[in-house]
Amino acid sequence: MNTTILLFLVQDGITNGAIYALLGLALVLVFAVTRVILIPQGEFVTYGALTYATLSAGQVPGTAQLAAVMGIVAFGLDLYLARKSLHAKRILRAFAVNIAFPFAILALTYALAGRHNTIPVNTALSLLIVAAIGLFLYRIAFQPIAHTSVLVLLIASVGCHLAMQGFGLVFFGAEGLRGPAVSNAALTIGPLSFSGQSLAVYGITVAFIVGLWLFFDYTLYGKALRATAVNRLGARLVGIRTSLSGQLAFLLASLIGAISGILIVPITTLYYDTGFLIGLKGFIAAIIGGLISYPITAVAALGVGLVEAFSSFYASNFKEVIVFTLIIPVLVLRSLAAPEVEEEQD
Amino acid sequence: MSAPLLAVSDVHISYGKVEAVRSVSLDVSANQIVTIIGANGAGKTTLLNAIMGILPLKGRVTFGGEDMTSFDIEDRVAAGLSLVPEHRELFGTMNVEDNLQLGAFRIAKATAAQSFERVYTLFPRLKERRKQLAGTLSGGEQQMLAMGRALMGAPKLLMLDEPSLGLAPIIVSDIFRTVGELRAAGVSVLLVEQNAQAALKIADHAYVMELGEFVLDGPAAEIATNQQVVASYLGFQHA
Repeated sequence: MNTTILLFLVQDGITNGAIYALLGLALVLVFAVTRVILIPQGEFVTYGALTYATLSAGQVPGTAQLAAVMGIVAFGLDLYLARKSLHAKRILRAFAVNIAFPFAILALTYALAGRHNTIPVNTALSLLIVAAIGLFLYRIAFQPIAHTSVLVLLIASVGCHLAMQGFGLVFFGAEGLRGPAVSNAALTIGPLSFSGQSLAVYGITVAFIVGLWLFFDYTLYGKALRATAVNRLGARLVGIRTSLSGQLAFLLASLIGAISGILIVPITTLYYDTGFLIGLKGFIAAIIGGLISYPITAVAALGVGLVEAFSSFYASNFKEVIVFTLIIPVLVLRSLAAPEVEEEQD
Repeated sequence: MSAPLLAVSDVHISYGKVEAVRSVSLDVSANQIVTIIGANGAGKTTLLNAIMGILPLKGRVTFGGEDMTSFDIEDRVAAGLSLVPEHRELFGTMNVEDNLQLGAFRIAKATAAQSFERVYTLFPRLKERRKQLAGTLSGGEQQMLAMGRALMGAPKLLMLDEPSLGLAPIIVSDIFRTVGELRAAGVSVLLVEQNAQAALKIADHAYVMELGEFVLDGPAAEIATNQQVVASYLGFQHA
């Protein structure tokens, strides 16, 4: 192997690793706040990527309609839950979040589809659509069972993954799609050439990590999310609703997933089921971080990206095998190091 | 007397088939300190948790004239009820200031600034330690922080569950002095204590709980001299 190939593999590994880092952070966040192991994280990637690609092709993506339908279901659930005390304010709030918000997005999608929108417009619209789906996914599938065990939440999570993947096939078809690159610029430094897209991946990953850090350390809602993760009863006793924290966590996770998808869809062709594999690699990083540590997860994600890049060079048939085998020694070590802990019940 | 701030009537609380609290009724009026004393396992903590909405109960709980039996914990907090639980439930990996700030999660920013001042005046120690992680504080400081966090939300009624548990005597007297100051500041207190002597000294009214039932209640001064109570809970120190 010469230096050029080495540098190329490192660069490739870091680009992928940056995406896995984003997804891994989202998984840690969601687990810490809601105890849900978010298998559908990969679907957020697919939905983001393919929604963006569909919009760029001038069509209306099915995800916009899905968001509206999920909003109606969520509204029904909110009304049912509040049936004992139907304040006008409560109904109005539920209507604004569950009906007005997704239908405004749907209307906007219809209004904008078919025109030659700029890339920022399509990106923003895709993010809105997937964020709405993430929010309603928590409201519909997880909020009603938020107090149950991690295992029950995991089973629901697998169910959501399968359902969303099925919907993905319906909306986007079995053919893969590609989207336009955020930037076509290229930069050459010595033997290395950076595409504008990979620079965008680095920039946005770093910006997101810094943004999340600022959000968690300096805003009241960020602190409320952390508080829920640290002590659920304590958070409830100061009036932080677990449902609010859960919705916020899912909103962030779906945004992160969608951004990741939009960043990679110009680089590789994405199919309706590609997201799952990408999400799983973020999951490996999250597991290495013990599902609690953000910094370890981010570093581990870069490691996963590098291992993937090198194994695709040396043994491309075994690429996935090698990457997923990483998890075994980590699990063995963790189970030896950590004492047995009984699961916390609400 | 005007209508009580908190009225608990005919409350039953069960863990599965076991009834932990039976037919309990209690009132707390504005600007009053009410204490529930009783032995370990009498059901005091269970009762407080159920009033806060952590445990389900049969019966009726009204607060400020509003029936809140079916309220969530968060809605009870918003109505002005606050609980400092036995295990304090602090945010251990966050610093003192963040813990306090979250205590004011439900109230406006401007009011929160006043709450900060009030809490720091009551507990100057917290101000010194405001950048320290809650989990690294001493037991007494954690208790102050738990009370401070509850007060940040400007509650009308503060429920304290065993605030003196496991603390050095000098800190206990500090905490009880603060409870007295709260009443002066217009906060009512419902105090559950095993340290009956200290509780009866500052309380206006007292209930004695045994095996899930109230066996006695009356003005704290009277309860403190009741033969039966002296024998069971106060021991020789009081005689």
